[in-house]
Amino acid sequence: MKVHEYQAREVLLSAGVKMPQAVLARSGDEAAAAFTQLGGAVAVVKAQVHAGGRGKGGGVKLVKSADEAKREADRILSKPLVTHQTGPEGVPVRSVLVAAGVEIAKEYYVGVVLDRARGVPVMMASAEGGVEIEEVARTKPGAIHKEAFHPMLGLQPYSARKLAAAIGLTKKPAAAAAKLMLALGRVFLEKDCSLAEINPLVLTKSGEVTAIDAKINFDDNAVPRHADVEALYDPTEEDAAEIRARDAGLSYIALDGNIGCLVNGAGLAMATMDIIKLHGGEPANFLDVGGSVTADGAKEAFGIILSDPKVKAILVNIFGGIAKCDLIAEALIAAGREIGFKVPVVVRLEGTNVERARKLLEGAKGDLPTLITASDLTDAAQKVVKATK
Amino acid sequence: MSILVDKDTKVLCQGITGSAGAFHTKGCLAYGTKMVGGVTPGKGGLKDDNGLPIFDTVAEAVAATGANATMIFVPAAVCGDAIGEAADAGIELIVAITEGIPTLDMVKATRQVTERGAKLIGPNCPGVITPGACKIGIMPGYIHTPGGVGVISRSGTLTYEAVWQLSSRNIGQSTCIGMGGDPVHGLGFVDLLAMFQEDPGTDAIVMIGEIGGTDEEKAAAFIADKVTKPVVGFIAGRTAPPGRRMGHAGAIISGGQGTAESKMAALREAGVTVADSPARIGEAVAALLGVKG
Repeated sequence: MKVHEYQAREVLLSAGVKMPQAVLARSGDEAAAAFTQLGGAVAVVKAQVHAGGRGKGGGVKLVKSADEAKREADRILSKPLVTHQTGPEGVPVRSVLVAAGVEIAKEYYVGVVLDRARGVPVMMASAEGGVEIEEVARTKPGAIHKEAFHPMLGLQPYSARKLAAAIGLTKKPAAAAAKLMLALGRVFLEKDCSLAEINPLVLTKSGEVTAIDAKINFDDNAVPRHADVEALYDPTEEDAAEIRARDAGLSYIALDGNIGCLVNGAGLAMATMDIIKLHGGEPANFLDVGGSVTADGAKEAFGIILSDPKVKAILVNIFGGIAKCDLIAEALIAAGREIGFKVPVVVRLEGTNVERARKLLEGAKGDLPTLITASDLTDAAQKVVKATK
Repeated sequence: MSILVDKDTKVLCQGITGSAGAFHTKGCLAYGTKMVGGVTPGKGGLKDDNGLPIFDTVAEAVAATGANATMIFVPAAVCGDAIGEAADAGIELIVAITEGIPTLDMVKATRQVTERGAKLIGPNCPGVITPGACKIGIMPGYIHTPGGVGVISRSGTLTYEAVWQLSSRNIGQSTCIGMGGDPVHGLGFVDLLAMFQEDPGTDAIVMIGEIGGTDEEKAAAFIADKVTKPVVGFIAGRTAPPGRRMGHAGAIISGGQGTAESKMAALREAGVTVADSPARIGEAVAALLGVKG
């Protein structure tokens, strides 16, 4: 689960991380008031969206007066923000964070991620701050220093000191950075994060170490055991169809193509998208209905797929193992009769009782004129691509 | 003629009184698996519908039945604990079916498994099957055929698809393992490739990967170095957008890492026959083995 910068800041502030003062604003007037309240000569107005790349997208601006804060906030809030992570249509901006400006001497990076291959959390630090860490990893992998830590013992003070030294900090700033890394490591373990990152961490001209941005992703599987984390969920940042699917126990991701997919199992769902592309089509979505396919689940799945106006045809690909094909065919037919298939629907079933399932589908073609049956996966992909041409 | 499980494997079910645990215990028994009992705290002393004894703890169950494997269906929030309990009780093979376990719970549980010298399959997986001998998990048993192809996969239904393509060509399987879709899991491609390479009953290997992580790249390096048996690969997710989690918790391209292209290139480089289409996995194996489809 992603959260906004202002929410991540609150989590880190309560863990003892030092950050410049900041105020959340939902309008230009609120931003002007925030600037005055902070009382400094400069402030930074930052769009609060889940997507990264805000600076390059024009969502982060340095301002030097309350008037300028109002003007920039109004501009940012007036239209969707487009970054390299949002797609061309961008995302709406509902609030901005007005943060006190600091005089930066140098920028650093610190962040905790999970090393999948080793199954351990890792604290990373780099003197290459303020740019995307993925970019640093690509161009200067030696500039990223790492210390793995035990899930029960947590990051040890000596590891934090090693990292502070490795990124070139000494004396008081080194001690401050080490303390901050220990707090970040604690937050990662205590709140079940999948990412906890400060980029940039800055050394100010007066020698203070402070975090001027914060990003936290929480492990979706662990959110239910943290009421405080659950409260940070912002449904307005998510696709409405994806929320609807999750509520129905389906896994759905909208894509750019025009062929809807309804599949059981995540791996098979990805493979189905791939085979559509292989035969010259473009998938409109990823959709995993789960292992057992019910009439209600199928109905909801068709409803969600058809809510996308781009969809010109649907490919249903189900491997019936424990859930038998004939029961799945009945569920699909019941769903079709109730909602009506407005576009061609190619159905490919394989597995237990597939012969009976095919007979059921053939028999339902009178009621469902756009239903097309396929004999195998390749046949299904070819038929659904043809149906969109 | 197989790896990990055979007709003598004695299996427990943790969570045997839950609906999934009860349903699949019956399925495994019907397949011929030696199910010897179950564990549900608070229900010790009772018997399930099949007459299997139920115990309060895994340690008691092991002492009474001699079980050396377990199949876990307990809820995600307490599943890390159940895996640790099984490892602590001396179970050799732990198969965790449960989906949705918090990642840090798995970070802790995999340490316990390693410390105890146990093996873990999963979580968030269909399980393991040696056709005709032992099924531990939720896969449909009848699609499998005894034979010589080892199957390793991160997926569930896509594995069934591949197995179906093999069985329909009369190509049997030695053992099939769904290693699960989570970022932190038990046995991986490299561990299982090593076992299949050593297994005299395995002539060829199918590995089905997907986007996310670098397990397939590591597998490719291992294959180039150590595997002499023919390997057919497939990678799901060539059309998946970066930064989005495709159903499985571990199926995500992040920071340019974990793309299907990188995995396919690494496998091809290692001499693996990589199928372009998920419909051609069986065909590719048949061609390698010289079997007529």
